[in-house]
Amino acid sequence: MDYINAIVLLLNYIFVPALTYGSQLALGAIFVTLIYGILRFANFATGDMMSFGTMVTILFTWYFQSLGISLGILPTALIAIPFAIIFMVGYMLLIDKFVFKYYRISKSPPVQLAMVSIGVMFVTQAVVRIIIGPSDRRFFDGEKFLIKASEFKEMTGLNEGLAIKSTQVITIIVTLILVSALFLFLNKTKTGKSMRAYSDNEDLALLSGIDPKKIVMITWIIAGVLATIGGALYGLDKSFKPFTYFNNMLPIFAAAIVGGIGNPFGAFLGGYVIAFSEILLTYAYKKFFMYLLPESLEPNTLVQLLSTDYKFAVSFSILVIVLLYRPSGIFKGKIL
Amino acid sequence: MRKNLNVIVAYTIMMGLIILVGIFQSWNIALSIFNLCLISAVMTMGANIQWGYAGLINFGIMGYTALGGLAAVLISVDPVQEAWSAGGSNILLSFLLIIGMVLLVRYVLKKYEKSKVRTYIVATIIIAGIIIIRFVSEPGIEAIEEVDPAKTGFLGGFGLPIIFSWIVGALFAGGLAFVIGKVALGLRADYLAIATLLISEIVIAIIKHEDWLTRGVKNVIGLKRPAPYEVNLQQTDWFINLVEKFNLSKLNLITDLTERQTALNQFVIEGSSIFVKLCYSALFLIVVIILLILTQKALYSPWGRMMRAIRDNEEAANAMGKNVVKQHLLIFVLGSAIVGIAGAMLVTQDGLFTPGSYRPMRYTFLIWVMVIVGGSGNNFGAILGGFVVWFLWIESAPIGLYLVNLTTAGLADTHFLKVHLIESVPYFRFLMMGIGLLLIMRYRPKGILPEKIEIK
Repeated sequence: MDYINAIVLLLNYIFVPALTYGSQLALGAIFVTLIYGILRFANFATGDMMSFGTMVTILFTWYFQSLGISLGILPTALIAIPFAIIFMVGYMLLIDKFVFKYYRISKSPPVQLAMVSIGVMFVTQAVVRIIIGPSDRRFFDGEKFLIKASEFKEMTGLNEGLAIKSTQVITIIVTLILVSALFLFLNKTKTGKSMRAYSDNEDLALLSGIDPKKIVMITWIIAGVLATIGGALYGLDKSFKPFTYFNNMLPIFAAAIVGGIGNPFGAFLGGYVIAFSEILLTYAYKKFFMYLLPESLEPNTLVQLLSTDYKFAVSFSILVIVLLYRPSGIFKGKIL
Repeated sequence: MRKNLNVIVAYTIMMGLIILVGIFQSWNIALSIFNLCLISAVMTMGANIQWGYAGLINFGIMGYTALGGLAAVLISVDPVQEAWSAGGSNILLSFLLIIGMVLLVRYVLKKYEKSKVRTYIVATIIIAGIIIIRFVSEPGIEAIEEVDPAKTGFLGGFGLPIIFSWIVGALFAGGLAFVIGKVALGLRADYLAIATLLISEIVIAIIKHEDWLTRGVKNVIGLKRPAPYEVNLQQTDWFINLVEKFNLSKLNLITDLTERQTALNQFVIEGSSIFVKLCYSALFLIVVIILLILTQKALYSPWGRMMRAIRDNEEAANAMGKNVVKQHLLIFVLGSAIVGIAGAMLVTQDGLFTPGSYRPMRYTFLIWVMVIVGGSGNNFGAILGGFVVWFLWIESAPIGLYLVNLTTAGLADTHFLKVHLIESVPYFRFLMMGIGLLLIMRYRPKGILPEKIEIK
């Protein structure tokens, strides 16, 4: 019985939260990696683009709520997301046309494009804060828990409860659907294959008649979809605050690089690597050992490897280690 | 003379703008803008050495600034004796353990050939070391943090004049840069940017949460000053006489004696804070001028030419027998040290150390905007960038308010759009910075004062 309790404890405090957080990071990391692989620059506006997409989702959610439309037990935001995506893709294409296109055509070095993306970051951040303000917003409605901790305890008769929030399930399911659709697209369709070819070798791709304009446009569209959904899921699960989104850019970068930048599958896994290591290293295992060990051996400290204050530092340290020993990432980057 | 005309014109306009603020808003605001402009100028010089001279991207400016600030605390605060006796020995012991661990790792790295076994040994040493150090330091840290937590709860510093911290800040930042440089300089440009950004976040996390060293988010306030205190000045005779002399024409208009006295008091209070700010300005100006002379000399020295050669064509420079790796490391350390000075200056001016206020937006990206806007590779450009961008950063709120009022003049004061826009005026600075950066990058990619290399 104690073993099951210990396992449920880990599931509740480590596995489920890490899986959710990892999915949110994974979407952002694929976004970063796509931009890096095809447009060839590190996009420092990632976090703020995600917060822009979330903001539009929130505005649509409020509009639908005022009309009285809802999805019952599911959050209203799910209907708002498709509209937000359309808006977001428009915004992305607009930015590309007025900002990035010029540097792409004049073949500027990647560093310059990264600098330009910092300009975009400032502007997007300003727009988000001017429209919706810097404060914390919650836009979740519907049923909060799929399984409540107390219900789980009653059902199984265990000491430990397993609480599963509906947003966690939504996040994981949506991520899985989105990512598998993306990989199907990249691997099976002609456009997807030409995107991979373009990422692998630009000159060869151009020679074989691939239209770069189309590739770039599709990249931004996919990026818009990923940014909106990733941002909205994070906002649903936690809450929306522009500053947090800007900070989330850092673990997202870490995930993309750990997975091998330019490699979408690596980025997908990288998100989970970062999320799990952050939570595994900062969790206090005292209770876990109390279940497993006999009473005489019970630890009297928290058995916490690092205090939770260093959550971000963990992912950054992993990144630094990966950069040092395997700069191309765990899963060989630079190929799409 | 004509060659430098654009420099002179640009600086005159900038000074004119600050003077205009003095006339229309107040001299107090103008001087505080000027002081922060000077500090920003020091930071941009540091970033400019790395980016403009050598083409290295350092997005870790925030970390070095914070480290400089930490130096200011550690130098100027009086030591907390109780804390030292409570947990000092444990801290010293763990410090020795860290040194021992580093030496051991170095020994293993030197002694044995590169192999999987060696990597595992090094990893084991590090992990075991961290666990041992935690066991040793934990009781000490707890004891230190329990010593009067509302006031101290940390070890304190050395109780020296705060000016020394400017040098120590440079040493701290340089030391950190040496470690980071050793580790990360081999990375490609954009990887280096991301790596330095993330490492600086780690530095901030440590400063924020190691309360025994820095008091963390409880902040350190009331640091010593290199300048006199306003309260003391207001009671000094020579200062009152000075203020009286300055405002004689205004004071003579008032005939009533008591009214004259209150007016004089008002002038003295205003004058004292201006005087203190002027003291800081003088100190900062000295630093800026010294650094400017040094960096200019370096730029036109054989070393400066070598750095540009490395920047423009690494392989060719390498083929000419220049040690690229070593020079990169050197310039990385030098630039970061300058940023460390700026960090110490900043804390000196504020008189307080708030680890929570170090955010990448303000201390990394804004500094980069300054360098790019001002003109990378040109010291005068970088300093000008510091001035222009900081000026706009502060003054964008009044400008934004004016623009909002102008564009919404037709709307009623209670109209929701107008109210909303007026509330969000503070965020117009981000918009202004972003658009400014994008326009400069597009139409004047070398900045306001572009780099120009003349053979002298």
